[in-house]
Amino acid sequence: MLRFLLTRASLVIPTFLGITLVAFFLIRLVPGDPIETMAGERGIDPARHAELRAEYGFDKPLLAQYGIYLERLAHGDLGRSISTKEPVIAEFASLFPATIELGICAILFALLVGLPAGILAALRRNSVFDHGVMGLSLTGYSMPIFWWGLLLILLFSVQLGWTPVSGRIDVQYFIEPVTGFLLIDTLLSDESGAFASALSHLVLPAVVLGTVPLAVIARMTRSAMLEVLGEDYMRTARAKGLPAWRIVGLHALRNALIPVVTVIGLQVGVLFTGAILTETIFSWPGIGKWLIEAIGRRDYPVLQGGILLIGAVVMAVNLLVDLAYGLVNPRIRHAR
Amino acid sequence: MSAELLDTPAASAAPAGPPHPLAEFWTSFRANRGAVIGLALIVAVFLMAVFADVIAPHPPNLTNDAAFLKPPFWQAGGSLTYPLGTDAIGRDILSRLIHGARLSLSIGVAVVAVSILVGTMLGLVAGFVGGATGIVIMRVMDIILTLPSLLLAIVIVAILGPGLMNAMLAVAVVVLPHYVRIARAAVIAEKSKDYVTAARVSGAGPLRLMLSEVLPNCAAPLIVQASLGVSTAILDAAALGFLGLGAQPPSPEWGTMLADAREFVLRAWWVVTFPGLIILVTVLAFNLVGDGLRDALDPKLKR
Repeated sequence: MLRFLLTRASLVIPTFLGITLVAFFLIRLVPGDPIETMAGERGIDPARHAELRAEYGFDKPLLAQYGIYLERLAHGDLGRSISTKEPVIAEFASLFPATIELGICAILFALLVGLPAGILAALRRNSVFDHGVMGLSLTGYSMPIFWWGLLLILLFSVQLGWTPVSGRIDVQYFIEPVTGFLLIDTLLSDESGAFASALSHLVLPAVVLGTVPLAVIARMTRSAMLEVLGEDYMRTARAKGLPAWRIVGLHALRNALIPVVTVIGLQVGVLFTGAILTETIFSWPGIGKWLIEAIGRRDYPVLQGGILLIGAVVMAVNLLVDLAYGLVNPRIRHAR
Repeated sequence: MSAELLDTPAASAAPAGPPHPLAEFWTSFRANRGAVIGLALIVAVFLMAVFADVIAPHPPNLTNDAAFLKPPFWQAGGSLTYPLGTDAIGRDILSRLIHGARLSLSIGVAVVAVSILVGTMLGLVAGFVGGATGIVIMRVMDIILTLPSLLLAIVIVAILGPGLMNAMLAVAVVVLPHYVRIARAAVIAEKSKDYVTAARVSGAGPLRLMLSEVLPNCAAPLIVQASLGVSTAILDAAALGFLGLGAQPPSPEWGTMLADAREFVLRAWWVVTFPGLIILVTVLAFNLVGDGLRDALDPKLKR
């Protein structure tokens, strides 16, 4: 077991180093002088230019520069944003909870709808319901979510006036950040109506972000259930005269969920991609919007730090999923 | 390719011998109603792109000062001159969508062509040569796969600068690992088989082994991935266009059109609705065909 853990964990190291290389070279691949790029359009005087060159170590050989970069990284120093002058890591930390909150709600939505839909579709195979679920799932999978978001705004915010168009909470509320998750923080605060406001801001973005994972989960659950339902032990369970809910709920679902859980773990990358678009549409103050604005301002340290941190998060989640998978499935653990 | 396929069912009627593989493929593909619908939609979008100059009622970038944000013809104030209405500077939305088909299809095909070519070569090399070269190739692919696809594409565009060509290049890089992995896995599965050994013993060089012995036998999964890849490419390029990093205005690229339309979401639903709808339909069509191809080409996955 320990061997499996260590082997799997050690595979992460080269990938992480690779991501540091991507982040390191990003700012050097941008055409032009990196200091001038960082200084932005206002330009910079020669003395300060030389000073900054020395400070960032641009006068040293490339390999030494990479060494310096890694050393700073080890100390948690990812540089400062050009536009706000704040440390990149601090900005990331303050915005990340908003993205996580959105992502968790999106996955919950996808699970709550996708699992039952997939299970029912498998149980009523080739019925109208099954074809409907599969058709909708393929549509969801093909959905340009940036358009889906605009459509939902058009319907629910503009036509019906049920939900706000953008942001995380109405401006009249000031919520002291405790956990960073507004749904929890508003409950902790005494402000009445704050929770409802936060929730109504969250619903549409969560649905938009959850659409692609929902489609994937419904499809995956259906095919995993179909596979399990054909196994011998299912026939045995039926022959024993167990009630249908027990057969489906305990015997089938538990085994069918293994591949589904893996797929959910793999959706993390997809969620970040979606978050970039969803946050842009709904002006959701998270990592995705932060990165897109950084591009607009040519704020390269933010971009550089953002890639590295997001890459690290995705890698960590993938590793956890793999380890969890190894724990529940001995065949994986003992492979090789 | 479709014309060739359409002709084959007649041949399959011949009683003697097993059916031609293409005929068998077509029978299997035709049984999947979704895939046939998808194929029909793709043909429609393709024809739209080819004959854009003839079909489109107006030039895509012609503005009309007298017709800003005109609604589609069935709404009060709309007219058949502009069947799907006009945008904020009086351009005909239908004409722009028709011309946009050229861009989106070229994007899809070009991205897949580049990534399948480069990806297959890298995969063949990684599978055949193995060793340090193989490890380096696969590690780089792992890194690309770890970073969220749109984020990586954004970074590449940030380095190269926004524009359609750079966006296409970025998307091609992002989807590359899928082809490399498929090709490598297929090579590893095939290369120990007897026919490859036979070819090697009879003096075939590594290039010949790779390209004319193993490659044709890896084709099925690559074709399926290519069809699904076109939809990913169109979707990702549109997303970059929507973020202002892909094709630049006034290009009638569908994602770019949506970006322009965003600020009018409150007062002109049609400028937002139609470009997205056509992206959805096109992407869905390629996904339907991809699913159909997989079922038809991969007997193991047959229902």
